[in-house]
Amino acid sequence: MTSSSPVPGALRTEVARDGETIVFLAADRLLEAMTWLKETPGQEFDYLVDVTAVEFRDRERPLEVVYFLRSLKRRADIRIKVELPATAELAVDSVWSLWRGADWLEREVFDMFGITFRGHPDLRRILMWETYAEGYPLRKSFPLRGRFSRAEQVRQALNVNPEANYSLEELSIAEAAGDLPDDMRERLRRGERGVIPEPPTAA
Amino acid sequence: MKRVGEVKSSNYLLTKFQDLVDWAVNSSRANSLWPMPFGTACCAIEFMATAASRFDFARFGMERQAFSPRQADVLICAGRLPFKLAPVIRRIYDQMPQPKWVISMGACASTGGVFDNYAMVQGIDTIVPVDVYVPGCPPRPEGLLYGILLLHKKIKGESLFDAVKRREEQPLDDKGLRLPPETIDEISEPFGNSVHQFRSS
Amino acid sequence: MSKRTVELELATPGVDAEGRPARVPLTATGEPKLAEEHMLVNIGPQHPATHGVLRLVVELDGETVVRCIPHLGYLHSGFEKLGEYRHYNQIIPLTDRTDYLSPMSNNVGFALAAEKLMGIEITPRCTVLRVIACEMSRIISHMVWLGTTSIDLGAFTPFLWAFQERERIYDLQEMWTGARLTTSLTRVGGLLADIPDGFVDKLRHFTETFPKTLGEIDRVLTRNAVWAGRTQGVGALTAAEAINYSLSGPMLRASGVAYDVRKDKPYLGYETYDFDVIVGEHGDVFDRYLVRLEECHQSNRILQQALDRLPDGPINVDDPRVILPSKTRAMSDMEAMIFHFKQVMEGVKAPVGEAYVGIENPKGELGTYLVSDGTAKPVRWRIRPPSFINLSALPRMAEGHLLSDLIAINASVDIVMGEVDR
Repeated sequence: MTSSSPVPGALRTEVARDGETIVFLAADRLLEAMTWLKETPGQEFDYLVDVTAVEFRDRERPLEVVYFLRSLKRRADIRIKVELPATAELAVDSVWSLWRGADWLEREVFDMFGITFRGHPDLRRILMWETYAEGYPLRKSFPLRGRFSRAEQVRQALNVNPEANYSLEELSIAEAAGDLPDDMRERLRRGERGVIPEPPTAA
Repeated sequence: MKRVGEVKSSNYLLTKFQDLVDWAVNSSRANSLWPMPFGTACCAIEFMATAASRFDFARFGMERQAFSPRQADVLICAGRLPFKLAPVIRRIYDQMPQPKWVISMGACASTGGVFDNYAMVQGIDTIVPVDVYVPGCPPRPEGLLYGILLLHKKIKGESLFDAVKRREEQPLDDKGLRLPPETIDEISEPFGNSVHQFRSS
Repeated sequence: MSKRTVELELATPGVDAEGRPARVPLTATGEPKLAEEHMLVNIGPQHPATHGVLRLVVELDGETVVRCIPHLGYLHSGFEKLGEYRHYNQIIPLTDRTDYLSPMSNNVGFALAAEKLMGIEITPRCTVLRVIACEMSRIISHMVWLGTTSIDLGAFTPFLWAFQERERIYDLQEMWTGARLTTSLTRVGGLLADIPDGFVDKLRHFTETFPKTLGEIDRVLTRNAVWAGRTQGVGALTAAEAINYSLSGPMLRASGVAYDVRKDKPYLGYETYDFDVIVGEHGDVFDRYLVRLEECHQSNRILQQALDRLPDGPINVDDPRVILPSKTRAMSDMEAMIFHFKQVMEGVKAPVGEAYVGIENPKGELGTYLVSDGTAKPVRWRIRPPSFINLSALPRMAEGHLLSDLIAINASVDIVMGEVDR
């Protein structure tokens, strides 16, 4: 990477403390830029190292979605960032179509930060269970011990069906999630039972 | 040499029939426990080390590891238990036939350990009843073996004829909890260093 | 769900309108139930062959896997959230517990990232000791992998051999750090402790005798018909697929991509050691086994070289803001006591910025990404979990294989759930 970055949609570049180049991209041109980075000769960033997100303690600062790319051919790395203001809708395009490795990484970011990846084929919670009702754990507004009391957390956890996602119908529907009516998709997103456990009444 | 009038001799024993049955049954139970290893995290590695050749808990009658809860009588929860796993361990516990015992191996299973956060059950005793807690992060194999020996002791002290002592099946209540919510909140209270962990900068 | 039509090649003789004999094809009206029904099998979360609390929902056609859907998160412990509430040195005990099969190299990975963030140069002796720690970890991690995988595929003896070797490394770890498993070896800018007397001799003895065990494992497994039959051609991935799925470590190299962080983005002076990057050819389970087995030999070589060159000198950087003063000095010297107090109460502050360091862990590239806002606690501590990303290729690898092969494939990924779920 040269300092005068030719990446389409690049807003600015920075150098991280470990010497890596960080390119900030406009959110709406992410997919275009990523395709360019992957396919342009001389760039050839064919390997997606990691996808993650950062929220700062300073609530004014936007959230960042961070992509670590690597060119295995050139043995070069680059870091791509997209800034998402916390007040606006948290959504970016999915890079699943470019790298299959992004599948679970984006699901994890969705699970932990609530950032939606448009075009991801199977955007469900991955680490927390699907009826998890307390929010997105890695957001700074999320308390370390969770929102509910311990007893309530235990109650909700014990009421989760350990046999979730265990019928062919449900799996087939989940696969076709993009073509489903909104209410059904919403229900599936929340879990197979379609019941979000009642939060405790204000104590 | 015989003495007239001697009542006691070392050659016979007076005991209650109940005690004899208890002794026979409980010794058999204690000395051939079938463990169900519910290994989740780091402690499972130490559990495996305990099962492997150097420590070898087969010496204590645990030759046969039951990987099915239906053929096990002691559940060894080795490792941390997140909320997502809570219904699983409860179901495994429910599937085990009576009599059954639970060993909580390690700090995380016993109290939540360093993980006093949104994801972790603060002690599996909020989910299932526990007989022996083995401290350590993770406990050394010797520690686990000591816990197993303590369990032997406990089993040998049980009685088949005392309905109070024999723990009944403890089903979940209508809320789906084993203990009252206040009790769960109380035993999940932060303690030690984790009291102060809210300062995030 | 896919429905299949069944064409029956039956025909019955009949007569047409003109009375000539004709063959009228018969078609089956109903579809046979057995061919239509796919079966779902649930494996885990509590299952001895899933190497932890992984849950797989498998759709089967007969015995062939049509779809495999992993469900994770059964060991999600909130490490990354917890890290935002901990000083940098307080995070190190947490790193033990992510990939608990190779705790020492996790410690090293985190310490390297924190040092890069703070711009600290570690001492030469510390560098070599950390290399020793990393390679010891690689050996014990691969030993667990060998042991458990061989149990999965029906060979019990290698498990016992592998665990005996682990016990020897455990003894060394215990000598050094006082703990068998949760070592918390590193500190930002140095190490918990220098190696004790007798450690070098004991480790050297290990490096001399360990290849014998590897040879025995090799003799029992590599040319074993059962082992080869269960692993060769199973779960193969091409190099392009491996790259596209972001695989790393032995999984990537078994598919023929010679990328090793130790060679290509060297840290801890790995470029000065003489070792080979082991590359597979077919990318199947058997090649992954060979790669890991041979990596143990290479780690052994590195250990020997590291022992030969181990320099004298301090293990910690000479910076009182980063390294705690000795207890004696803290109790007798006012300045040292102040530094001690500030470090314990306030922690080591990192400048504003971010740093990513990837190291070659036994499972793959373990990345540690730290973002700081100038305080003593990171804003974000991200672990790039190699086995989580490697596992994401499991559905692709399992497709079309038999159910029993799924066990072999899952084992070959070398997952450790503490790291997959974090």
